[in-house]
Amino acid sequence: MALEALLGVKESFVHPFAAEEEGKGDFVINSFNNQLQLSLPPLANPLSSRTNFESEECGRKIKINFDHGTTTLGFVYKNGVILAVDSRATGGQYIGSQSMKKIIEIHKYLVGTMAGGAADCVYWDRVLAKQCRLYELRNKSRISTAAASKLMANMAFSYKGMGLSMGMMIAGYDKNGPSLYYVDSEGQRTKGKVYSVGSGSVYAFGVLDSGYSFDLEDNDAYELARRSIYHATYRDSYSGGIIRVYHMKSTGWEVISQQDCLELYHKYKDDKPLLSQ
Amino acid sequence: MSILAYNGSAVIAMKGKDCVAIASDLRFGIQGQTVSTNFEKIFEMGPHLYIGLPGLTTDTFTVLNKLKFRANMFELKEDRKIAPDVFLSMVSNLLYERRFGPFFVEPIIAGLKPKTFEPFIASMDLLGCPNKPEDFVVAGTASEQLYGMCEALWEPDLSPEDLFETISQALVNACDRDALSGWGASVYIIEKDKVTHRRIKTRMD
Repeated sequence: MALEALLGVKESFVHPFAAEEEGKGDFVINSFNNQLQLSLPPLANPLSSRTNFESEECGRKIKINFDHGTTTLGFVYKNGVILAVDSRATGGQYIGSQSMKKIIEIHKYLVGTMAGGAADCVYWDRVLAKQCRLYELRNKSRISTAAASKLMANMAFSYKGMGLSMGMMIAGYDKNGPSLYYVDSEGQRTKGKVYSVGSGSVYAFGVLDSGYSFDLEDNDAYELARRSIYHATYRDSYSGGIIRVYHMKSTGWEVISQQDCLELYHKYKDDKPLLSQ
Repeated sequence: MSILAYNGSAVIAMKGKDCVAIASDLRFGIQGQTVSTNFEKIFEMGPHLYIGLPGLTTDTFTVLNKLKFRANMFELKEDRKIAPDVFLSMVSNLLYERRFGPFFVEPIIAGLKPKTFEPFIASMDLLGCPNKPEDFVVAGTASEQLYGMCEALWEPDLSPEDLFETISQALVNACDRDALSGWGASVYIIEKDKVTHRRIKTRMD
């Protein structure tokens, strides 16, 4: 506390500009104790279109290339939920990372996938993990998948229109069995059986829809997920790297495989002669 | 996104000892969508003379056809093959003719001069400003990454075998950091008495 006071750090839960008027020049940290209270853009109307920072004051375009581009998929079947993701992070056409972890383990029975702005997804998944842990401590029982995804949707909704970019799937196994939710930064939240999110989702859906059945066996389900992501990485420039497959079972999540795309390319090219040409 | 990055490409040329190399990736895409992975961007314009045309694919073909026409006319009029430095002027002139509505290609020329067999490499911007360095030239969407790789790997007087290794490593590793190029590569090593063309395997994502 002493150092904070010396540096003029002020805890404040009020609107940042109200705090700024009373003590000019002080730091105001809102997200320090309450992660839901991010500082707002320094504008009279924080919801105006200028908050997306697309152009500067003279009207010239500003280009912010934050990490983007993904293929993620998830589906529910008789033995739980399968999630599969790629691992590429791109900023514009530049490949920033080939080893991103796009599946975030919130706890043993709840995992989320991330697509869209990397920073947004990582931050809000972390906040969700905290909320879920607090719920568990308060209520002495795990939060349901439905409730967890609703927490996420509500958090996203409170920042709607301010430029957040997220498309995530939340998969869990609770007392109602396995379930899969899609939540995005527009505040949409839907429960479903088969989803694919990200720039490569169109390609992934092509494979996934042709092979999906609720009664798939475990190995067939893993292979379908892997193949769907693989074909998306081949066609979509903004997806690639390592393909991770997760299985959400009644006993919690499990990593099924983490394979490099190149390895899978050599494996699949013999089945599909057209690809190797 | 710039129209130069609409289809995605990477082309590179390097000087060695009594040899030159020119290489390109094989992707043809439309923004993020990979359409073909068997698309050559390097074309033979004469004995010991190659041109790489990265940029907007439609202009790659238009420029190539116009250049072939002019090079053929040169050959008929002069009754000799066109030399790399003369060809450079020809490309440069062609591009500058469209100063106010340019072709979106950044050509790279590699070859050996007639008689002396002296290595020759050159690059141009889309308006036709020629650039003739002593070491290497790069162009395309992965050009920044290619510059980085070349600065680290290139050294003077490489033998044809070492030049092949250097240019391949530079191209492959540059493409691995660019979303819009890669999906296989094609390398030409041009020597006095032979030209070697090899396809190299790369990541396919």
